[in-house]
Amino acid sequence: MDFNASTLLSLLPEIVLLSAIAVILVLDLFLDQSKRMFTYGLSLAALGATIAAVMWVDDSSRVVMQGAHVVDAMGNVLKIALLSVGIFAFIYSRRYLADRKLFKGEFYVLGMLAILGMMIMVSAGGFLTLYLGLELLALSLYALVAFDGNSRKGSEAAMKYFVLGALASGMLLYGISMVYGATGMLDFAGVAKVIASGEADQTVLTFGLVFVLIGIAFKFGAVPFHMWAPDVYQGAPVVVTAFLGSVPKIAAFAMAMRILTQGMGGLGPEMGWQGWQGMLMILAVLSLALGNIVALVQDNIKRMLAYSTISHVGFIFLGLLAGAGKGYTAAMFYTIVYALTAVGGFGLLAILSRKGVEAEYLHDLKGLNKRSPWLAAMMMLIMFSMAGVPPTVGFFAKLFVLDALVNADLLWLALVAVFFSVIGAFYYLRVIKVIYFDKPISQAPIVANVDAQLAISVNGLAMLYYGIFPASLLAVCQVAIKAL
Amino acid sequence: MSADWPILSAVIWLPVLGGLLVLFSGDKAPNISRWLALVVSVLTFLLSLSLYSGFDSGTAAMQFQENIPWIESFKVNYHLGVDGISMPLIILTTFITILVVIAGWQVIQYKPSQYMAAFLIMEGLMVGVFSALDAMLFYVFWEAMLIPMFLIIGIWGGPNRVYATIKFFLYTFLGSVFMLVALVYMYFQSGSMSILDFHTLKLGLTEQILIFLAFLAAFAVKVPMWPVHTWLPDAHVEAPTGGSVILAAIMLKIGGYGFLRFSLPITPDASKELDWLIIGMSLIAVVYIGFVALVQKDMKKLIAYSSIAHMGFVTLGFFIAFIIFAKPDVSNGVILGMQGGMVQMVSHGFISAAMFLCVGVLYDRMHSRQIADYGGVVNTMPWFAAFMVFFAMANAGLPGTSGFVGEFMVILASFRADFWFAFLAATTLIVGAAYTLWMVKRVVFGDVANDKVAALQDINKREALVLGSLAIAVLVLGLWPEPLVRVMDASITNLVNHIAVSKL
Repeated sequence: MDFNASTLLSLLPEIVLLSAIAVILVLDLFLDQSKRMFTYGLSLAALGATIAAVMWVDDSSRVVMQGAHVVDAMGNVLKIALLSVGIFAFIYSRRYLADRKLFKGEFYVLGMLAILGMMIMVSAGGFLTLYLGLELLALSLYALVAFDGNSRKGSEAAMKYFVLGALASGMLLYGISMVYGATGMLDFAGVAKVIASGEADQTVLTFGLVFVLIGIAFKFGAVPFHMWAPDVYQGAPVVVTAFLGSVPKIAAFAMAMRILTQGMGGLGPEMGWQGWQGMLMILAVLSLALGNIVALVQDNIKRMLAYSTISHVGFIFLGLLAGAGKGYTAAMFYTIVYALTAVGGFGLLAILSRKGVEAEYLHDLKGLNKRSPWLAAMMMLIMFSMAGVPPTVGFFAKLFVLDALVNADLLWLALVAVFFSVIGAFYYLRVIKVIYFDKPISQAPIVANVDAQLAISVNGLAMLYYGIFPASLLAVCQVAIKAL
Repeated sequence: MSADWPILSAVIWLPVLGGLLVLFSGDKAPNISRWLALVVSVLTFLLSLSLYSGFDSGTAAMQFQENIPWIESFKVNYHLGVDGISMPLIILTTFITILVVIAGWQVIQYKPSQYMAAFLIMEGLMVGVFSALDAMLFYVFWEAMLIPMFLIIGIWGGPNRVYATIKFFLYTFLGSVFMLVALVYMYFQSGSMSILDFHTLKLGLTEQILIFLAFLAAFAVKVPMWPVHTWLPDAHVEAPTGGSVILAAIMLKIGGYGFLRFSLPITPDASKELDWLIIGMSLIAVVYIGFVALVQKDMKKLIAYSSIAHMGFVTLGFFIAFIIFAKPDVSNGVILGMQGGMVQMVSHGFISAAMFLCVGVLYDRMHSRQIADYGGVVNTMPWFAAFMVFFAMANAGLPGTSGFVGEFMVILASFRADFWFAFLAATTLIVGAAYTLWMVKRVVFGDVANDKVAALQDINKREALVLGSLAIAVLVLGLWPEPLVRVMDASITNLVNHIAVSKL
């Protein structure tokens, strides 16, 4: 594992992105406000270049940098997913920010720093690297939530997010220290080896697991560690919500996979209630129940989608706890699909918001079909995908999770899951109801820029495309999980 | 037998793609989207006729099969095929869709392109449901079908449409997710998603009963059977005429079809154990819902309740089988009951469509569905009155119309099972006649009730074409049901032989 230049090639995507961030940060200082488009275009180009770099890096599984950095197929797929979803979030943000005089380079720099943090998390080979990436992500997000300095709600949300996030980080660190105490290792492969040998102190290890799991649950926003999500989603500018409601889920999934299966796989599904499977069950069922039921009564779409996220996290956990190849594949498929769906949903709200008018309540969507049938159709596809109705991809995401559960002999969980999906369908239908069945309040025409219009079309039609041809995405996830 | 060219795919995707085309044609020139929709639906109907002409009625095997992998790692295939049970229902679907397109020609002024597109897309999806031989493909079509119907009721429906359409969607969705879990469970047991593999899958009695109940949740809501029928009157009353027609004529049949394709062959022993449940629910539907229909003040509601009662005959005919099996001397009663159920499905497809279209004709002129607002329509609309009385007679089961054939076959079969079943079922001949004819008496006959009725215009050529073609269908099927019975004979016999053998 000696250091040589070829090691750096494995880190090429991160290096490309970091250099781009540095260049853009400096360059942006010398640009007039009128030339801000340049920063925007450059940021998109940087993300695109990073995707190219990820694709270029050979994805055979290997560990570099003394166990700190892992390259494997799952990491590469997840990186491509989070970069692509990030591109969507950036495109949706442009006009919204410009309308509010917030169109600044910092937004894109902070966004890209968050993405860089997530890429580090995705590739983490040990607890320390993971924590490093996590903090880079979290600090960038705190700043982004407070991006509109004049918004009291935004500042309040950022404050809440920061305090609770710091607490969760503390828990995670505490858990890591216990795992380290029990196993004497910080890299996942080492931890796994010690756990397998059975020499670790089980009590300390279990305590460590609990605290680490709390950290994961907080990042996902699973009940009972979800309290931050509704306030932050609602308080942040909608374009920031689009970003933080979608991309970090992919990183959180990677974090869960790295810690739970690669590091602490010995405490996995075979251990049942002795390991993390039982804990995830509780988190999943609570998330499904609370998320779906509380979402029913929300009038604010951002808040409703926050609760809906919580319920989707329940589904992702169901996939994870089913374990084996099928469960992880299903969870990975679900996470990627969910991120793509969520960014579209929030992105549409960003498109509908005009100067001085936030589209965030249900009644703001009234009669959208009359004002813009195309945007209405895209929102319908996104909502049906979230509800899991075929022929949208959300259905297959749920189906694969159900299949994994039945395979793991957890039929009762499958029944709980479908029961709550039906409850959940109601609030998605309510959105479609106001779009299609109600009369518009405002007749103001919707002006969407070409870039946002194109992005939302691609995003919405992707729901349909992957709903009719899910095989390609599924195969990618299967290959990635198999190579772990 | 496999087709030389993918005729089933064509019947599914032609209307779906045509529907998208209509959608994009926009509302600037509504006549273009109307004509486009008509052309697409007629072409689809003509295509589907080749299913009948090319059909080999001597075999129970699936015909016109197409099978290509869809999600390979999940063993899900794009597997289509029809037998004598599904083929008539496909032709019913394509036929009724043409009528719906014509019936909505002038009535629908708000976004006609979206209206026409929704019906065409739904047509393709419904044909998909009838022809899918892969459980997952079936489920995708089955659920996807809800989306256009949800929009049709919600956008073009009556004042209380939002409540009705959300109730419709959630009821059906709740029923079907349990079916999804059952399908996934069987996939886990058999390692295949093929419905035909499920037919031969060995299952224990407890498993069968749970699977049966999951299917029941899905299909009973769709049929709908008492006591999960309450969404239907709401949906019918609020839906636009075309929506009611499709709901009554085809969507309800999908529930009945589900029993024949899934419940009976996959879980024969559970069906035998729980046949009392289905028979009981069917008889309640026939008798009790018949009385409920009697007291309705709204014409659409009355027909909706009469639909539930008529569908009770379908489920009765299907599940009477196990009691007859127990009596060795009258074996052919089983086939009679099932064929009766099938004939009843097709016939009810024509009659209920016609009844809803008749109410639609009146509603377009008076904007009221209340029976009390009418009276003496025959004086101003003699042609319409003739059609309405004819269809009412058919609905009441007058011999010579298709309504008689199915009911009579089912009643005959029930006689072989138990006298009292037949007795209760036969009360429909009285109650059904009572509610239908009483409504006709109050609406059509008597003196002209008010000025509005006095100002009514008789039906135009377009309406006459729609009602006339349905009248011909009802008469032909009533006088000469042999072509229909012949195509489904082999498949029904095969099904009966299949369920006679225990899977345990």
